[in-house]
Amino acid sequence: MIKAVMVMNTQGKTRLAKFYEYLPVEKQQELIRGVFAVLCSRAENVSNFIDAESIFGLDSRLVYKHFATLYFVFVFDSSENELAVLDLIQVFVETLDRCFKNVCELDVVFNYSKVHTILDVMIFGGQVVETSSSEIMKAVEEISKLEAASNSIALIPKSASGWRSR
Amino acid sequence: MSGPSLMDSLFQRSLEDIIKGLRQQLIGEQAFISKALEEIRKEIKSTDLSTKSTALLKLSYLSNLHFHDLSFAAFHSLEVLSSPRFSHKKIAYHAISLSFHDSTPVLLLITNHLRKDLNSTNEFEVSLSLQCLSRIANVDLARDLTPEVFALLSSNKLYLRKRAVAVVLRVFEKYPDSVRVCFKRLVENLENSDPQILSAVVGVFSELACKDPRSYLPLAPEFYKILVDSKNNWISIKVLKIFSKLAPLERRLAKRVVEPICDLLRNTGAKSLLFECIRTVVTSLSEYESAVRLAVGKVREFLVDEDPNLKYLGLQALRIVAEKHLWAVSENKEVIIKSLSDADPNIKIESLRLVMAMVSEHNVSEISRVLVNYALKSDPVFCNEILGSILSTCSRNLYEIIVDFDWYVSLLGEMSRIPHCQTGEEIENQLIDIGLRVKDVRPELVRVARDLLIDPALLGNSFLHSVLSAAAWASGEYVEFSRNPLELMEALLQPRTSLLPSSIRTVYIQSAFKVLVFCLHTCFVRGGSIVPSASLNNLPAGVSASVSYESFDEFSVENGADASVVHGQTCASAPITKESIVNLLNLVELALGPLLGSYDVEVQERARNLLGFVDLTKPEVLNSAVQEKDDSEGKGVETSKIIKLMHDAFSKELGPVSLSAQGKVSLPDGLELKENLGDLEMICGDLEPPSSNAFSFGSSYEQKDGLSFSNLQIKEDSEQTNESTSLLAEHRKRHGLYYLPSGKSELVSNDYPPANDPTLQGDIDDNADNLVKITAESLVPKRKSNHGKPRPVVVKLDEVDEKHVAMKKPESRDDSLSGAVRDVLFGCEDAPPTLSQSNLSNKLSSKRKGKEKQHTDPHAESKENVIDDGNSSLRRKDHSHGKERRHRSPRKKNAEERKETNQKEKEKSRRHHGRHKSRQRAEEPLKVSAQTPVIPDFLL
Repeated sequence: MIKAVMVMNTQGKTRLAKFYEYLPVEKQQELIRGVFAVLCSRAENVSNFIDAESIFGLDSRLVYKHFATLYFVFVFDSSENELAVLDLIQVFVETLDRCFKNVCELDVVFNYSKVHTILDVMIFGGQVVETSSSEIMKAVEEISKLEAASNSIALIPKSASGWRSR
Repeated sequence: MSGPSLMDSLFQRSLEDIIKGLRQQLIGEQAFISKALEEIRKEIKSTDLSTKSTALLKLSYLSNLHFHDLSFAAFHSLEVLSSPRFSHKKIAYHAISLSFHDSTPVLLLITNHLRKDLNSTNEFEVSLSLQCLSRIANVDLARDLTPEVFALLSSNKLYLRKRAVAVVLRVFEKYPDSVRVCFKRLVENLENSDPQILSAVVGVFSELACKDPRSYLPLAPEFYKILVDSKNNWISIKVLKIFSKLAPLERRLAKRVVEPICDLLRNTGAKSLLFECIRTVVTSLSEYESAVRLAVGKVREFLVDEDPNLKYLGLQALRIVAEKHLWAVSENKEVIIKSLSDADPNIKIESLRLVMAMVSEHNVSEISRVLVNYALKSDPVFCNEILGSILSTCSRNLYEIIVDFDWYVSLLGEMSRIPHCQTGEEIENQLIDIGLRVKDVRPELVRVARDLLIDPALLGNSFLHSVLSAAAWASGEYVEFSRNPLELMEALLQPRTSLLPSSIRTVYIQSAFKVLVFCLHTCFVRGGSIVPSASLNNLPAGVSASVSYESFDEFSVENGADASVVHGQTCASAPITKESIVNLLNLVELALGPLLGSYDVEVQERARNLLGFVDLTKPEVLNSAVQEKDDSEGKGVETSKIIKLMHDAFSKELGPVSLSAQGKVSLPDGLELKENLGDLEMICGDLEPPSSNAFSFGSSYEQKDGLSFSNLQIKEDSEQTNESTSLLAEHRKRHGLYYLPSGKSELVSNDYPPANDPTLQGDIDDNADNLVKITAESLVPKRKSNHGKPRPVVVKLDEVDEKHVAMKKPESRDDSLSGAVRDVLFGCEDAPPTLSQSNLSNKLSSKRKGKEKQHTDPHAESKENVIDDGNSSLRRKDHSHGKERRHRSPRKKNAEERKETNQKEKEKSRRHHGRHKSRQRAEEPLKVSAQTPVIPDFLL
């Protein structure tokens, strides 16, 4: 299964962090720092793997991809295929790109909820459930519509809104 | 009431405001965050759900990206969750999955919310709830919500169904009994034609099979069908993962799947699937030669690919193959060796591991030579990686691949001089360990040690200190092999030793002590009258306690620069004269005098010991220097006696001691180890004051008595040694035994190429070529003709570490999970899990042929048990074999310790002898004792 997904920029600022097992925030921060310390020491055009066992413990692997100012990092165990996860990163980034039209770091920064939504449609409890970027887009759009709909009734008095949503 | 709430919601900052504020960082990030958190704490108490949910969203953001704890908002999350609005729910679920864990107190309150949403008609609400469940489910939640999950497993909405399938993993794990309810429906989904559902189900089974593959063997036919039919790479990869777990358990299954997997290997275009096929073949189907050949062929394609990822994975795959098929590595050696200088550290390390896998007895020296040259040229991290792997490979299994220890010891010396070397401690351990275990290497060891010690530049490198400590110890302990003890003494006492940490300084001082005693002994006791070594050679060694004398002569003749002098000076290059002795004594006084005030007690004490000894001997030495040489017997009797005593004290060999040695010493009568000494404190209460300042520096008490005390100590020690020595000698006489057969090395010449073979030190490119050539040669199993020298004896201890690691039992949760799975699969709920487990494989074949499930087959069951037993006993054996622990005896040599050690060693060495074929001077009694069973006799 997938253990964690992280997105961080080249300065080490976290842009997205998702751990599929509970970890206290301090531990999360420590892990992300550990990953970044290794990432920033790596040259361009080398392989997309780093040794994760020293950071995440036994049976963990890590692949990352570097796009412009962002690192996309996936951590997983032996029941995933490294190259397939690399493809998955590609799918994730493509989806972001479709969603935000030429995605850049600022889109990820300002669309905290939406990025999480996209990821949640792709990966469910550490299992990859959706690998087609158009399917992901479809679901994300519907969720956004639903959110907008439920927000648009925010100004209607409580009793009425309760009635509407039922 | 509504006033503040309205104000709150009107002027509340949104998440976007927070993000913008953070980016502007007008007042500093931390200050801004704490201000925002303050606001959030206020807002989150609001009764208005919109305000509350916005606050919660901001808090989640700060928690997720700025690592602030949001557990205080657990209850508020539940409140927001109760909102009918989807957007609120979404925020609440997000916060909950970020912060809830098994010990969150309000976890109990969430069950009904989840249930309500699981039954919702809005599929996205259901999915939010499922997602949350997959993250936070505990036993209670899993139990209470099993019916809902069960219903969703056959939902007609794809979006929900695959998520329900995925959540089952967590539910099973937390509440194994849910298997009885859901498993059947989960299996039914395996036959679903929709690739998305199938992908989710196969994913779940691959996770389950990781933990307990045996339980899922009966499903092999379904998996096989998917493997053959699937057109989706994700699904194929997951099915391959399952088969790589199942195939080793059942030979017939492996035979069945090997063909379809090879087909995939040949035909697939996707690299990920191709790699998974390769991995499956090399891990689980490695006995199918043709499949492995095919896989290795594909690996080669990976290795020459431009993509560094493929190269890296190819190397990884090779490393898995190397365990069983070394040919696969040697076929690709050119690529591997080229990869040693790759830009990517991952690739470098993988290829280094592969190169180390190729190392054998025949090529170890050449490969190490080339690798050391690589180490010289690479960055510090990789350099140490190389050195570390050379050290661990060469020392594996008590140096089993090392034939030429002289070479290895000089390699160790050379490695420690590599600028980035940080493996000093390992080198230290190995130098000492080899010194103790391999008698024949000691002359070379002393030479290497000398080279390290006399180089003042090395003292400044703190990584080298531990190596120097080993060098100092070796040159002191085996000083009799030194060509020039005087030079050694100067090296040990050079002023720059003040750069050493005190723990290592003590080793230096102690070694200086040994060297001094040796010099004095050579000069005065054996002194002017050098006994022709021929006569000594004829003496049966070991009968007298002077083993070391004899070997000393042998080696000095052999190694001495001046071999033409017929049994001449023992120290051809630097004869020890009385004059030089006097200089030596002066040097000691000069160098160690200041250390009497050292703040380190160890250093101070050892310096005091040595100076005490000098004080004791110096007057006599001066006397005899003035008088004629041959008069020394009359005048210097006292001195000679002391020198002899000290020499005897130091001349006993130290050997490795088994960890369990202490346990073999029977408890002497009257020694109470278990007595409660609580009363002692009361009695000793009065005596405390003096002991408290026993370590105070330069106290008058010490100053006054220190010297005489140390003298006393020395005398005492030497007397004890003497006693033990004579006991030892007697024992040896009786059994005709001595520790370690010496021999053979004097019969063969040093026909090894020098360690620093200049022809091998080429450019790095040359190195690569060299290495290729070398490994090519080495993989042809032939013995090198120039190995004229047999491998020297390496002392091993017979005692085997008897500690048994408790067999790992699978966790009880997994147990109950797999138990439940088996129950469901076999429909025999009453059978205890162990029985059903043992039946599994037997049933498999019949099931695969599409027959109905059978019930217990007692015959097959017992067979299975037998196999199980066999396995476990085998494992135990393996375990005991693998661990031959060793232990270095302490360097501090007081006579008591040595006595014990010697006795134990004798015991060991006797057994050891029994197995040794390379004895050359076997005498009658030795042969007899070698065959007789060993009787433990520690107390002679």
